[in-house]
Amino acid sequence: MSAFWRPMLAVLWKDLMLEARSREVVAPMLLFALLVVVVFTFAVDPRPALVAAVAPGALWVSFTFAGILGLTRTFALEKEKGGMEGLMLTPVGRDVLYTGKLLGSFLFMLLAEAVMLPVFAALFNFPLLVPGFWVLLVLATLGFAAVGVIFSAMAVNTRAREIMLPVLFFPIAVPVIIAAVQATGSVVRGEGWSEYSRWIALTSVFDVVFLAVAATTFGFVLEE
Amino acid sequence: MATLEAAKETRGAAVLGMGMVRTALLGVTAVMVAVTLYLGLLWAPPDAIMGDVQRIFYFHVPIAWVGFLAFGIVFVASIAYLVKGTDGWDHLAYSAAEIGVLFATLILVTGSIWGKPVWGVWWQWTPQLTTSLILWFIYLAYLLLRIYGPAGGQGARYAAVLGIIGFIDVPIVYFSSILWREWLHPGKVVGPAGGSVEPSMMVVLMVSLVTSTVLFSYLLLERYTLRKATATVERMWQLHG
Repeated sequence: MSAFWRPMLAVLWKDLMLEARSREVVAPMLLFALLVVVVFTFAVDPRPALVAAVAPGALWVSFTFAGILGLTRTFALEKEKGGMEGLMLTPVGRDVLYTGKLLGSFLFMLLAEAVMLPVFAALFNFPLLVPGFWVLLVLATLGFAAVGVIFSAMAVNTRAREIMLPVLFFPIAVPVIIAAVQATGSVVRGEGWSEYSRWIALTSVFDVVFLAVAATTFGFVLEE
Repeated sequence: MATLEAAKETRGAAVLGMGMVRTALLGVTAVMVAVTLYLGLLWAPPDAIMGDVQRIFYFHVPIAWVGFLAFGIVFVASIAYLVKGTDGWDHLAYSAAEIGVLFATLILVTGSIWGKPVWGVWWQWTPQLTTSLILWFIYLAYLLLRIYGPAGGQGARYAAVLGIIGFIDVPIVYFSSILWREWLHPGKVVGPAGGSVEPSMMVVLMVSLVTSTVLFSYLLLERYTLRKATATVERMWQLHG
C-alpha cells in the first residue's frame, strides 16, 4: 500500500510546494472566477426575483471556467521545465502519477472554490451552510479533475492547446455540470436532501467510472 | 528475387481482390438505397396521425443506429489499439469516427426536420437529442485531436483514450439528460403505442436498418483502405524521401 501512497504523496507534495512558491495557479484562477461572476451579473442582471434562476448557473460557469484555467497549468509547467521526463523516469506506476497530479489539481480547484463561495453568498444571497451542497461541491470538483487531468496531459502536447483542453473537457463533463447546477438550484430554493441526492448519486457514478478509466489509460497518454 | 516477385504478385492480387469487394459492395449499397427510398417514400402507408412526416423515421432511426454503431466501433478499436498497438486498429477507429461524426450530424438534422412540424419547434432538449448533440461534440473533439495532436503513435494513443472515455460517457450523459428533463421521446412512433403496428411499416424500418448498415460498411471499407494506403505512402516517404 505504501508503494502507492508514498510516491503519490511525493508527486502531490511537489505540486503543492511549487504552487506555494510560484503562486501561478490558484491566484489567477480566483481572479478569473471573480471576473466571470461579474461579467455574468452584467449579462443577466440578477434582480432578487431572478437570483434563484441565475445563481446556480453563474456559480458553475465561473467554477468550470476557472477550473479549466487551473487545469491548463497542471502540465504546462511540467512541459516547459522538462518535468515530464523526470516524472516518467520515476520507477512508479502511471496510476500513481495520475493520482498525484489529480489530487493537486483537485485541491487547487477546491481552494479557489472555497474562497469564491463566500463572495458568491454575499453577491447572490446564497445559503452557504448546507452540508449536502458541500458534498456535491467536492464530488463535482473531483469529477472535473478526474477527466481534466488526463485531457490536460494530452492538450499540452497538441497545437492550439488552449483551445483543445476546453473542447475535450466540456462535452465529457456535461453530466457533472448538469448535476451540479440542478443540485445547486435545489439548495438555493431551500429544498431538502431528497431533491438533490440523485444528483449526488449521478456525480458519484461519474467520479468512480472516470477515476478508474483515467488511471488505467494515463500511462498511454504519458508515453512518447 | 523470385520470392520478392511472388510477394509482389500476392500483394497485387490482394489489392485487386479488395478493390473488387469494394466495387461489389458499392453496387449492392446503391441498389439497396434505391429500394429503401422507394419503400420508405412511396410504398409504406402514411402514418395515421402524423401523415407523411412520419416517413423521416425510416431515415432518422437507421442513421441514429449507424451513428452509435460507428462510435461503438471506435470504442472497441481504441481498446484493441491500446492493447495490441497495431496500426490497423488505429486506422479503423479513425475511419469509424469520421463516418460517425457525419451520421451524428445527420441525426441532429433529421431530428430537427421531424421536430418542426410535430413539436412546432426545431429543437427540444429531449434526452435523445441532447445525447446526440453531446456525442457530436465529443467526436468532433476526437477529430480535432487527430488534427492538432502529435503525429505518429502518441497522437493515435491520445485519440484511443478519448475514444474510450467518450463512449463510456454516452450512457452517463443520456441518464443525466433524462433526470434533467423528464421528457419522453416520440420513440413509440413505430411501436405499439396503444394500437397495433402496421406490419408494412415495420418491414420498411427493418429494410432501412439493413441498408444503412450496408452503406456504413461500404463507407468504412473505403475510408479504411484509403487510410491504410496513406500510411503506406507516408512510410515510404520517410524511408526514401
